Amino acid sequence: MADTMTAPATMAIQVTVNGSNRGGNVEPRTLLVHYLRDHLNLTGTHVGCDTSQCGACVVHLDGESVKSCTVLAVQANGSEITTIEGLAKDGDYHPVQQGFWEMHGLQCGYCTPGMIMASVSLLQRNPNPTEDEIRHGLEGNLCRCTGYQNIVKAVQYAAGQIGRDAGAADAPLPHDAHRPIHHDGTTPHDPASVDDWEDELAGESDES
Amino acid sequence: MSAILDPTRKLVGQPIKRREDPRLIAGAGAYLDDIKLTGMVHAALVRSTSAHGRIKSIDAGTARGMPGVLAVFTGEDFADLNPLPGAWTAGGVQNNVNTPRVLAIGEVHQVGDPVAVVIAENAYQAADAVEAVAVEYEDLGVVVDAKKATEDGAPQLHENAPNNVVLKWSCGKEAAEVDTALAAAEVRVQQHLVNQRLIPTSIEPRGSIGRYDPGTGDYTLWTTSQAPHVMRLLITAFVMGIPENKLRVISPDVGGGFGCKIFCYYDMALMLALSKKLDGRPVKFFEDRSENYLTTTHGRDHITDVEIGATKDGRITALKVDTHANLGAYFSTIAAGIPTTLYGRMVAGCYKIPNIRVDVTAVYTNTAMVDAYRGAGRPEAAFVIERVCDLVAGATGVDPAEVRRRNFIQPEDFPYDTGIGMLPYDSGNYEPALDRALEIVGYAGLRAEQAARRERDDRKLLGIGLSSYVEVCGVAPSKWIGLPGEGWGAGLWESANVKVHLTGKVVVTTGTLPHGQGHETSFAQLVADELGVPYEDIEIKHSDTLGTPFGFGTYGSRSAAVGGTAIYKSVAKVREKAKKLAAHMLEAAEADIVWEHGRAYVKGSPDAAKTIQDIALQAAVAYDLPGEMEPYLDETTYYDPPNCTFPFGTHVCVVEVDRETGEIALQRYVAVDDVGNVINPMIVDGQVHGGIAQGLAQALYEGAVYNDQGELVTGTMNDYAIPKASMVPTYELERTVTPSPTNPMGVKGAGEAGTIASTPAVANAVIDALAHLGVNHLDMPITPEKVWRAIGGGAS
Repeated sequence: MADTMTAPATMAIQVTVNGSNRGGNVEPRTLLVHYLRDHLNLTGTHVGCDTSQCGACVVHLDGESVKSCTVLAVQANGSEITTIEGLAKDGDYHPVQQGFWEMHGLQCGYCTPGMIMASVSLLQRNPNPTEDEIRHGLEGNLCRCTGYQNIVKAVQYAAGQIGRDAGAADAPLPHDAHRPIHHDGTTPHDPASVDDWEDELAGESDES
Repeated sequence: MSAILDPTRKLVGQPIKRREDPRLIAGAGAYLDDIKLTGMVHAALVRSTSAHGRIKSIDAGTARGMPGVLAVFTGEDFADLNPLPGAWTAGGVQNNVNTPRVLAIGEVHQVGDPVAVVIAENAYQAADAVEAVAVEYEDLGVVVDAKKATEDGAPQLHENAPNNVVLKWSCGKEAAEVDTALAAAEVRVQQHLVNQRLIPTSIEPRGSIGRYDPGTGDYTLWTTSQAPHVMRLLITAFVMGIPENKLRVISPDVGGGFGCKIFCYYDMALMLALSKKLDGRPVKFFEDRSENYLTTTHGRDHITDVEIGATKDGRITALKVDTHANLGAYFSTIAAGIPTTLYGRMVAGCYKIPNIRVDVTAVYTNTAMVDAYRGAGRPEAAFVIERVCDLVAGATGVDPAEVRRRNFIQPEDFPYDTGIGMLPYDSGNYEPALDRALEIVGYAGLRAEQAARRERDDRKLLGIGLSSYVEVCGVAPSKWIGLPGEGWGAGLWESANVKVHLTGKVVVTTGTLPHGQGHETSFAQLVADELGVPYEDIEIKHSDTLGTPFGFGTYGSRSAAVGGTAIYKSVAKVREKAKKLAAHMLEAAEADIVWEHGRAYVKGSPDAAKTIQDIALQAAVAYDLPGEMEPYLDETTYYDPPNCTFPFGTHVCVVEVDRETGEIALQRYVAVDDVGNVINPMIVDGQVHGGIAQGLAQALYEGAVYNDQGELVTGTMNDYAIPKASMVPTYELERTVTPSPTNPMGVKGAGEAGTIASTPAVANAVIDALAHLGVNHLDMPITPEKVWRAIGGGAS
């Protein structure tokens, strides 16, 4: 009897991670987060708890955000996975990544990869969330440093940026009394027009 | 000219985006658990299930034969390692310091005490084997409450601590003198206050990787530490008995600390010793969250009784405070300093109170060790004095804002000695911050609205809570904090080295280090301004005992005021030398040299300037130096400030309380802080935001709970309520600026102000909402159930 109950020592899986085909043999009990971190060396996905509360391990599995500490690697067999390392495209940050930088949405950075991945999903589901929707939409992710205010602003920033990329010229600009600026004196915030805003994002300084 | 190259542009004071962020938002940070070394093996701990027991037997036979298991060790295998050091034996702690060993020998004193360690090829195998180790305990009786622990018949944790007392300490006037003042007071109030135990909960747990080099006999420790230099000292000189120079300690990216990563923990020396036993294979231990909650230090846990005397018009004339501080099962690294120097000596807050007496009894219990947690003593002090202000308001009928105003220390009183043994407050101007906070929140209108709702018998009651706090930051002066009896027998200075390389690039090494505070950005702003080199040419290096000068670490909001000043002074020394060399290069007298934004020129000839880069090259190639001048621009400072700094401010919280359900809705949160001059306002705002969230969470949500068996009931993130985004309000921040006269930059410190101020502001708000129903105090966390019961809910 016992033999029939014994799980195989390892199982072969094939996954697409950040666009690359990866595969190998894993113990059936291997958690997806450990497969990513320990087998594929993608250590951007973090572990902050053991009860699926903190959300530091959020990745996208076939386009949906999941807590990778609560998914077995074998369950991901045949799936497409995106981790924080795969979010930037052609060297350009995703608007959510950019938003976290612009709005000081991180301090120690440990929750940040999960927080960013969850925020990307949130904006895919709801491109124009209210502040309340952002706060509730990120309930599965815990941050101990920021008090969340600048995370909310980061998501608002990204929503505006994604909206403008999609042609919505009137997408709202976030505002902050102490808006961050680049060290060269340019600021991504509160520009005179959306055109100025986009120029600044493209790295053009109006101070010359 | 582009702004980047404009040397006249001041970066200090600007909200510069953080240079730390690009790697962190891309998943390219390198935290402890991300480090993989060749041949590395994994340690997992067998932990006590008994809160107080004698170890009868440990059977690791099965575990030793399991797949991947290399070894299992118990406490006796490390009998040659000393117990961890208790570094701050403040307040008369003499012969009853009981610190943990790397693994328990003989007895355990809390659930979670490590009793054996399993080493395996991977972490899963190590965890499997831990399950197979059988340990038997003989029960020795359990006590978890700080007051009960001191009662006759309570279980005794340590032989040398009768009645479990670690220390009895006091400050202020003689008790009889304060009693007399109390007896003479027009108004008297007594109150029992509980400042509940909290779990710091950095989102990254703790851990260590140890590596021994059999060839050289050198050790390397990677550890999640806020104080790597101090860890090196404590581990080598006190625990392992090896020369300090044989150990290098590296803090990699650290995922939040909040105090709990200051201390010397079992895993540090244990991983080093294990690596030696395994002939140099690196050994990693990274705790999981449940282990973190069990054995990484906790915070607060005071039981306090206050007696207050006041005049009918709300002036506080006498204050007597009696506190039992729970230090947990053992003495953590600086545990004794928190409820004494950093708590007792701060209970006056920002008020002139002529008669104060504070008594503190610190005790051992069968719970996790308690040590500094964000604020470290000052939040407990602010909670006492800010509750006292509201209790006086309630007893006298004077408005809470007016009580504070009437008792404030006045601007002309500084430097001000509170008479309870704290260094004199260096500066302050409390009323403008209070006024501004009241103005922003619309205080008069809110009080009218509150009265109207009460009049109408509305279901939703309005509460307004104030907290005018002062705290002590930049804790440093070695003459004070080092004094035996008061301090910890060592200084708290900081150091920094500034080198201008031959190519004009600047490398700053500093003994302080960030775990989220953005030192790399703020310090580069400072150096760019003071040296006149481009921001992007400045590198800030930290966190590795190899290559950085000794520093005491990052805590107590001291990095800018102490570590930053060390950098500032090193830059000034570089500038002085550069000026001398420029005089030589320009064939002029040094007195005629003008230094301006990284350029030196002879008075009246600004066009023939030598830049700092020209001068650095000349100093490095060194074939034409004046007189006895040594090559290179390279200067170090060990900075020991003359005083601490004393940030202050007023926070106001507005809540709506549902009298039917007890639910509390945070409506507004206004903070007006004075942290002196600000290097990067974006970073300071972020610190205040996070601090407020942690403090308000104590008021409403968080609390560590043990049952009578000493089991931590709130042992996971499912049970311990750190706030989510939906549980905190929008923070409305402003600042007043009273530069600190203590350091040349006029900075104070901003890391803990939010936590110190917000707990009483929120608690006072909820209690204020219920004041007309006869409620004058509620213990934290103030849950809807507590509110509902306090106003008669559930009563038939």
